Amino acid sequence: MDAPIRAREALGFILFSLLFSICRSSSLNHLLISNAERRIDLSSHIVKVYLTLKVENAGSTPTSEVFLSFPPTQVDHLATVEALVTKGKRKKTTLVRLDVKPTELPDAPNDAKYFTIYLANPLKSGESTTLEVLYLLTHSQEPFPAEIAQSESQLVYYRDSALILSPYHIKQQTTFIKTPSTKVESFTRVEPSNRAGTEIKYGPYEDHPPYSFSPILIHFENNSPFAVVEELVREVEISHWGNLQVTEQYTLVHAGARHKGVFSRVDFQSRPTLNGASSLRYLLARLPPRVHSVYYRDEIGNISSSHLRTDSRKSELEIEPRYPLFGGWKATFVIGYGLPLQDFLFETSDDRRYLNFTFGCPLLETVVDKLTVKVVLPEGSKDPSAVVPFPVEQHLETKYSYLDVVGRTVVVMEKKNLVPTHNSHFQVYYTFKPIFMLAEPLMLASAFFLFFVACVAYLHIDLSIRK
Amino acid sequence: MAAPEASTAAVPTLYTNNTLRNAFGGVLSFFILLLIGVLAFSIRLFSVIKYESVIHEFDPYFNYRVTQFLTKKGIYEFWNWFDDRTWYPLGRVIGGTVYPGLTLTAGTIWWLLNSLNIPLSVETVCVFTAPIFSAFASWATYLLTKEVKGAGAGLTSAVLLAMVPSYISRSVAGSYDNEAVAIFALIFTFYLYLKTLNTGSLFYATLNSLAYFYMVCSWGGYTFIINLIPMHVLLCIVTGRYSSRLYIAYAPLVVLGTLLAALVPVVGFNAVMTSEHFASFLVFIIIHVVAFVYYIKGILSPKMFKVAVTLVVTVGLAVCCAVIAVLIALVASSPTKGWSGRSLSLLDPTYASKYIPIIASVSEHQPPTWPSYFMDINVLAFLVPAGIIACFLPLSDASSFVVLYIATSVYFSGVMVRLMLVLAPAACITSGIALSEAFDVLTGSIKFQLPGVTSNAEVDAGETSSDTSEAQTDEVKAEKPDDTSKNRPLKKSKKKERELAENPPAKATAKAKAKAKAEKKRLLALPLEASVISLLLLVVLGAFYVVHSVWAAAEAYSAPSIVLTTRSRDGLHVFDDFREAYAWLSHNTDVNDKVASWWDYGYQTTAMANRTVIVDNNTWNNTHIATVGTAMSSPERAAWEIFHSLDVKYVLVVFGGLIGYPSDDINKFLWMVRIGGGVFPHIKEPDYLRDGQYRIDSQATPTMLNCLMYKLSYYRFVETDGKAYDRVRRTEIGKKYFKLTHFEEVFTTHHWMVRIYKLKPLKNRIRGKAKKSKSKTSSTSSSKRSGTKKKNPWQ
Repeated sequence: MDAPIRAREALGFILFSLLFSICRSSSLNHLLISNAERRIDLSSHIVKVYLTLKVENAGSTPTSEVFLSFPPTQVDHLATVEALVTKGKRKKTTLVRLDVKPTELPDAPNDAKYFTIYLANPLKSGESTTLEVLYLLTHSQEPFPAEIAQSESQLVYYRDSALILSPYHIKQQTTFIKTPSTKVESFTRVEPSNRAGTEIKYGPYEDHPPYSFSPILIHFENNSPFAVVEELVREVEISHWGNLQVTEQYTLVHAGARHKGVFSRVDFQSRPTLNGASSLRYLLARLPPRVHSVYYRDEIGNISSSHLRTDSRKSELEIEPRYPLFGGWKATFVIGYGLPLQDFLFETSDDRRYLNFTFGCPLLETVVDKLTVKVVLPEGSKDPSAVVPFPVEQHLETKYSYLDVVGRTVVVMEKKNLVPTHNSHFQVYYTFKPIFMLAEPLMLASAFFLFFVACVAYLHIDLSIRK
Repeated sequence: MAAPEASTAAVPTLYTNNTLRNAFGGVLSFFILLLIGVLAFSIRLFSVIKYESVIHEFDPYFNYRVTQFLTKKGIYEFWNWFDDRTWYPLGRVIGGTVYPGLTLTAGTIWWLLNSLNIPLSVETVCVFTAPIFSAFASWATYLLTKEVKGAGAGLTSAVLLAMVPSYISRSVAGSYDNEAVAIFALIFTFYLYLKTLNTGSLFYATLNSLAYFYMVCSWGGYTFIINLIPMHVLLCIVTGRYSSRLYIAYAPLVVLGTLLAALVPVVGFNAVMTSEHFASFLVFIIIHVVAFVYYIKGILSPKMFKVAVTLVVTVGLAVCCAVIAVLIALVASSPTKGWSGRSLSLLDPTYASKYIPIIASVSEHQPPTWPSYFMDINVLAFLVPAGIIACFLPLSDASSFVVLYIATSVYFSGVMVRLMLVLAPAACITSGIALSEAFDVLTGSIKFQLPGVTSNAEVDAGETSSDTSEAQTDEVKAEKPDDTSKNRPLKKSKKKERELAENPPAKATAKAKAKAKAEKKRLLALPLEASVISLLLLVVLGAFYVVHSVWAAAEAYSAPSIVLTTRSRDGLHVFDDFREAYAWLSHNTDVNDKVASWWDYGYQTTAMANRTVIVDNNTWNNTHIATVGTAMSSPERAAWEIFHSLDVKYVLVVFGGLIGYPSDDINKFLWMVRIGGGVFPHIKEPDYLRDGQYRIDSQATPTMLNCLMYKLSYYRFVETDGKAYDRVRRTEIGKKYFKLTHFEEVFTTHHWMVRIYKLKPLKNRIRGKAKKSKSKTSSTSSSKRSGTKKKNPWQ
């Protein structure tokens, strides 16, 4: 197992060295990374990578842009990239969030993709700074074997590079990979590398030129359920009578190793630890505090297996799908709840109103492949505009709800590949005149009035021909 | 309202006072009716409050699915819908085999609400259709009873109907079945018939045919109407009550009604070709003969008339004999003598159990037991005789209809539990009449006993309700000679007053009669104490009925049957296994996979899991059901072959042995054997019986222990408790350890109530073996094929 992998790795190494020598970018070479430490957390199906980079400006001009590069296979699975910079000295260090944006570089070797970190203060010549980068990868653990029986546990492959892919020269680097259990079938050795308990250590490696790459493959046991929401539609409906109604439609799938053959309830119930270890039995949704009228159902009715725990800071909804989800099994369901409006709707100084609500999926440890957030504004609201902390696709729709005449404006936002860190707040601004609140009651009242008038008229008109 | 004319005519001096009183009475009864509607609606919501807003049972799921199709695809697609997801590989023409009334009603409500921008889901509309129509039904009952015995009796019957347990059992929220709207249609048709009979108005006769059309659209029970009304017409003719009003009430109904009924695809030419409708045509001929005779009698002198009669009778008899002979020959040539199986089992209660096991296997087609009468109509059972007596005092056309209605429905309810539903409105109407008459007598006599009440006030106060019907019949009689006033629709009291004023003799007779009645009443007055006590007792009786009805609505009839609950010491326990299994099927199998199960679960599987089924609750093809029954009662290999020939991929069985759910497939197994054996004679019922009983314990026969149903139900059951104790049969099972060779378990629900198995694919033939026994296999395979031919009905 080891030998071919090493051969491949060597090949890759040569290839990248060659590439590096060809496309040596002049704009990048004045920075270098004096020390890099990478911690890859594989304990759930979302891969978390913490990167600590000590960046040094070896050039002569100050610069405020630092590039991160990713191989094209990883970029597709990259859910989020965040960067922080440590400020202050010794004890009073504070972390400051930095802007990170995807960038295209014209001479990228082998289709490598870039993200730019914009430093708050330009890095002067000779200075150095420490960046903390976090990025999350989804769908990056490939089940192998791809199909397992009920009693087998789930083994997965994780592919990465022992060396950090970077457009800069790295003086010293180390990579730690944390596996969920001590059960590791195999891992690629790139000396010096060793394994202790649940941790595999690659490095330290000294002085690697830009775009060094050394593919590694780790085959290990990961029995955490791969809960993936293929599609989630969240609809937030604002009613100025004091309620915010949220409806979330889920299409959930277990994206781990596919279940093969028999499902035996006897085995599942009598030996739960051995059987269906990777099955998805329940999910936890974190809802805002003061949530009320929560429901959990699917297209054929209520699902009776859920528990709601509320306290003053948060509400937790524990839901069980109708049946335990094994690899490849799907389920659809709807969660709905009401919230008091005053917690989420505010007024700006220029008489506009805005909704402040969380964007992502409330389920913990879940990847969302496609999320659509619809904010249904009350009838008669104007000039909607949404402010979201990350790029999303936006458009407007019209929805007709109870007794609407002109319809309600719906702000639709779509985003792909979401992880729990996307649960940040977004705002939707709009203007609304309170008089519109009375439109529907007045309409109903006048309809009844007309009906009674018609009745009275009918009773007093004699339409008979003969008297 | 009928009340005003009688009293204003009787006491003209109190004219203004009375109009005010009548206005108050009108408003009061309007609000009472409104409250009755609210009561009828809300008493049926227990199922939503205690459980959830969900469709109940089996048939409603089919109706729900059809409604979904209708709302999605529109009416034309609906009429042409060929459903290939059921009765595989035959399919079913839904548009032509379904009573569309309910679906169209709910679809229209949904469309109306959505065009008003009230975005209710189709499911919500379907769930609440039944309660809405029960409110309509109680209003229709008010109208009907008002035609018979006046507004007081009408209100009482409406209250009784709003909460009669028998009707509640079929119309709780979620019970989205044909009966829900059909009972309203039935009562409303009867009301319009009586209205036409009382007024002789062609307008109501036309409405009557339309109501009859709606009833035909809604339910197969429309044959009850088309047989009961002719019976009543015949009764009227025989008792010498023929009138032109009767003719107008009946003739348009038959002509228009039959034409309209033939428009409904599921009825079509049955409206003129099956025996169920022949009675109406026969009476149609008779009424014309009678009308003709009356006409001739009017223009001929008595002597000439006699001659004509003898002439016509001799010729007519000869023609009739010929026609009847032809008819009998035609009918006799059809195998069921022109009667459908369900109707035959109505006439001969033992017919179904003898000849059609598929009809007998449905529990609601069994005859009811005595307690079920008490459960379903409660105290009404005791009030009905009193109501019948009240109908005879005096007997009018309308009240004779009620008597006939109750008599026939009592008979039919004795045949099938399901038809208790037809009895319920009749029982409510007669009981309402009885109660209202009793209250009239008692309150009337209390008033006579009380001092300080003037006799004039007594007359109009005590009699408003009881008088109405009599006054009405009087009025009708008074109108009789005056043909001109008959055709006018009597809509408003104002007009009636005017008419009465035009008609001084009628007014005079009414006045005289009212006076005579007051005299009579004084004689009939009961002692004060007796009437107070009996009044109290009646109220207690009514209270008992209310308590029972609310209990029945809350506890007995509101369970949706797809989700079961039990109360134990540690709280409520929910068994939601059916939906668990259907949801699993719908999400984790291919959309075109075929699922085989006993027919009970067919509708639910297509509606909830959206998978193709082999048989379903529309039991139109006995052979197909017998095939599934045969497979279930065959040994594994033979069953696999049958299922494989039907392209089945999954087999679903319902098993209650773990938690004690009694209506599971093992308990239904005798019907699978019986129906299967009825078509495929190699399934013999005695093979499964030990001492005349179906047993699954150690005494069971080997055939039983090796049949597919046993194996699929009890596969690995022993591993749950080590003993394999079946909680439904209360015994340990006979064969505990066995393996499945042709099926594999793919899903079992949390409480084991539903188990789903997959057919294993054909094994690849091992090459070496095949070569070795080449000469052998050729001979054995041919013999095998012939062997399977016998077992497998699909080859």
